[in-house]
Amino acid sequence: MTNTSTAPTRRGAGAVAARPSRLAGLDWRRYVIYIGFVVVFLFFAVLLGDEGFLSANNLLNILRQTATISVIAVGMTYVIACAEIDLSVGSVAGLASVVTAMALSHWGLVPGIVAGLAVGLLVGSINGGLVAGLGIPSFLVTLGMLGIAVGVAQWITASAPQPILSYAYNLVFGSGNLGPIPGLVVWMVIVVSVGAVVLAKTRFGRQVLATGGNRTAAEFTGINTKRIKFQVLLLSSTVAALAGMLYAGRLQSGRFQWGAGDELSAIAAVILGGTSLFGGSGSVIGTLFGALLISLINNGLILAGLDASQQQVVRGAIIILAVALARKK
Amino acid sequence: MSMQQDASTPPAVEMRGISKAFDGVVVLNEVDFEVAAGEVHALAGGNGAGKSTLMKILQGVYTKDSGTIRIDGRDVSFSSIHDAKAAGIGMVFQEFSLVPSLTVAQNIFLTHEPLGTGGLIRDAEARARARDVFGQMEVDVDPGATVADLGTAYWQLTEIAKAMAQDARVLIMDEPTASLAKHEADQLFELVARLKARGISVIYISHRMDEVYRIADRITILRDGGRLLTERLSDVTPEEIVEGIVGRQIEGLTYQEPADTDRRDVLLEARGLTSGSRVRDVSFSLHTGEIIGLAGLMGSGRTELARCLFGIDPLDAGQILVHGKEVDLSDPRAAIQAGIALIPEDRRAQGLVLDHSVRTNLLLPLLGRIRRGPLLDDRAGRALADSLIERFAVKVANPGRPVRLLSGGNQQKVVIAKWLGTDPDVLIMDEPTAGVDIGTKTEILTMIRGLAREGKGVIVISSEYAELLAVSDRVLVLRDGTLHRELARRDVTDEESLQLAVQGVGS
Repeated sequence: MTNTSTAPTRRGAGAVAARPSRLAGLDWRRYVIYIGFVVVFLFFAVLLGDEGFLSANNLLNILRQTATISVIAVGMTYVIACAEIDLSVGSVAGLASVVTAMALSHWGLVPGIVAGLAVGLLVGSINGGLVAGLGIPSFLVTLGMLGIAVGVAQWITASAPQPILSYAYNLVFGSGNLGPIPGLVVWMVIVVSVGAVVLAKTRFGRQVLATGGNRTAAEFTGINTKRIKFQVLLLSSTVAALAGMLYAGRLQSGRFQWGAGDELSAIAAVILGGTSLFGGSGSVIGTLFGALLISLINNGLILAGLDASQQQVVRGAIIILAVALARKK
Repeated sequence: MSMQQDASTPPAVEMRGISKAFDGVVVLNEVDFEVAAGEVHALAGGNGAGKSTLMKILQGVYTKDSGTIRIDGRDVSFSSIHDAKAAGIGMVFQEFSLVPSLTVAQNIFLTHEPLGTGGLIRDAEARARARDVFGQMEVDVDPGATVADLGTAYWQLTEIAKAMAQDARVLIMDEPTASLAKHEADQLFELVARLKARGISVIYISHRMDEVYRIADRITILRDGGRLLTERLSDVTPEEIVEGIVGRQIEGLTYQEPADTDRRDVLLEARGLTSGSRVRDVSFSLHTGEIIGLAGLMGSGRTELARCLFGIDPLDAGQILVHGKEVDLSDPRAAIQAGIALIPEDRRAQGLVLDHSVRTNLLLPLLGRIRRGPLLDDRAGRALADSLIERFAVKVANPGRPVRLLSGGNQQKVVIAKWLGTDPDVLIMDEPTAGVDIGTKTEILTMIRGLAREGKGVIVISSEYAELLAVSDRVLVLRDGTLHRELARRDVTDEESLQLAVQGVGS
């Protein structure tokens, strides 16, 4: 990063005024998540090298554990960047897992997949409709939906697990591998890549950020901000349903508990990744690293022999620390 | 004018040799500035002249790099806003610093509430003391009223009372009349005179010459981070002040007859527009190459009419025709489709996403134009943004930096550039020069004339009569939501006659 690489020369007469050195203008806070990831990784590598932290198996394991959360967190990045919140994603994942499993056993593979995604589209439409159409705060709508979705999942299954016997389904959605790479990780890479490009490089993504950054200005600019709010909530529920289907494929069953509490992990990953809690800015790649950092910490603490209660304390402290460091002045 | 400045009374504020640099860029260079006790001192200067930095140093927001500050003859060193407040410096914010959901009294005593036994707030005492403060100011405001229910003029009085309640000896007012109607501004000037009589000093930042001459004793003009002059207003002419601010003679504020006045087509026609209680049965037409000025007091329906024309507020009755065809403007998108653009009144709240870069803001309405397949073409975006920056002479070192870092005038240019990039036929500008310095104002007015010459129709809403008269070919005067009068430019001789028309005096 030197001065020579980026200074455009064709700007002409308009470009006068202050020009501080580019290095001083470099905002390291934006990169806290990447720095944090590397630091924690190296820390565990040194400390837990003998415990097998660096083994290929363990590293793939970390990725596998990150997959479903990061899929959910990609949708959450859009929602938060748009200055909304979606608390229902965890229960939507659970509901989608049981609906997929039940539809699979009754009607077969394709109806099963369609039914799972339909759960996401339906819940997302209701969330989006209530938030965008009626103007009810998303916090309240999705808090209610959190209860409704998990309640429905429990109700239609009488709280019983729904086994999935379709070999093809389990192979594609989470249990299979693509060469040496776990199928779950392939899903994660696809969702993150598409999510990152759409947010950073398309008109829709730009409009999401503008709506989150200043809704009035966006509306005055001709952006249909209601539609954007509807769309981000629809997107969030749909990818949450996909995450639920991945849970179902990996664990070869649908259960209402799958995904329980994932909304908080996803929100933590998004905020760790540098997306503003107040909307207007967001980075899907940052979110991925936020999710990876959380998994990394979980994995390292288990290998270090901490018990579940201690893990929670340390994880919480690290999240607060990272967000504090990334804070804008 | 009761300004005593003998040896026995030290100046209320004495700043000597103040320097300040940001990132190595010198913003203030050895500036001297002093305000006598009981003096109203105007502070003027163009964009980047250093006024706001100087005032932020006086308020303790920024720390100076060098120089000394004395308040009432005592050396002080401010490291925070609290220090400055404790020394008696009060600020009346341009964008108000009140909590709308609290009452007037609660706002006035926020953080220093009178406490009783057990640390409980004594609301009755707070109200009584607030009433005292308003009594001293000789204004009538109910301390128990909720701020959100009051008009802007009362917000400002509450701001002033808030500073007074903390025993401010020096009040800084930044463009205090920007959001006030004429009679409200008059009340404010009377209040300033009373504060002055009580020995309180006022630093008055304004671009409006008539106000400065009316209430200020002296004026200091800053230019390029240094002090250009400090003079008694009786010893300096408005032309000298304007020239001091701009640094060159300006002809921007003189009306120029458009080249050809015949052969004009009707661009936009409004028939019997009615919306809510603020726009009632308004009809007019706008021609190609024409500039219409909309005049009226606050609340006369000017802004609301603009909102109707841009599809923000729904029409209860009436039709809008563009190029002779009726259009249904149910939302801003439909208006944009019809070739209408609105430069909104409040650029920070309505025109810009402040945390986004200059480039991102400029491109927001133009995203459709820089698409390659489903993706946005970054290189085309940069080129388009750069060309807009150059065409509208926006002063920006790096278009990738947040737009909130720009000065008010440059932010306004970004809003205008953003809209003109869409090449609209009809441009509605609501207070296009509010809060910008006179240099930028001239540029904007010249720009408006240029647009009309290109054949666009422009509607300019402004509270500044000089500005309206400088550009308008016709002036529509709104009153209580109705079209009160329509004046051809040649029928308006001067600002006063327009003012009388707006006030509803004469026929």
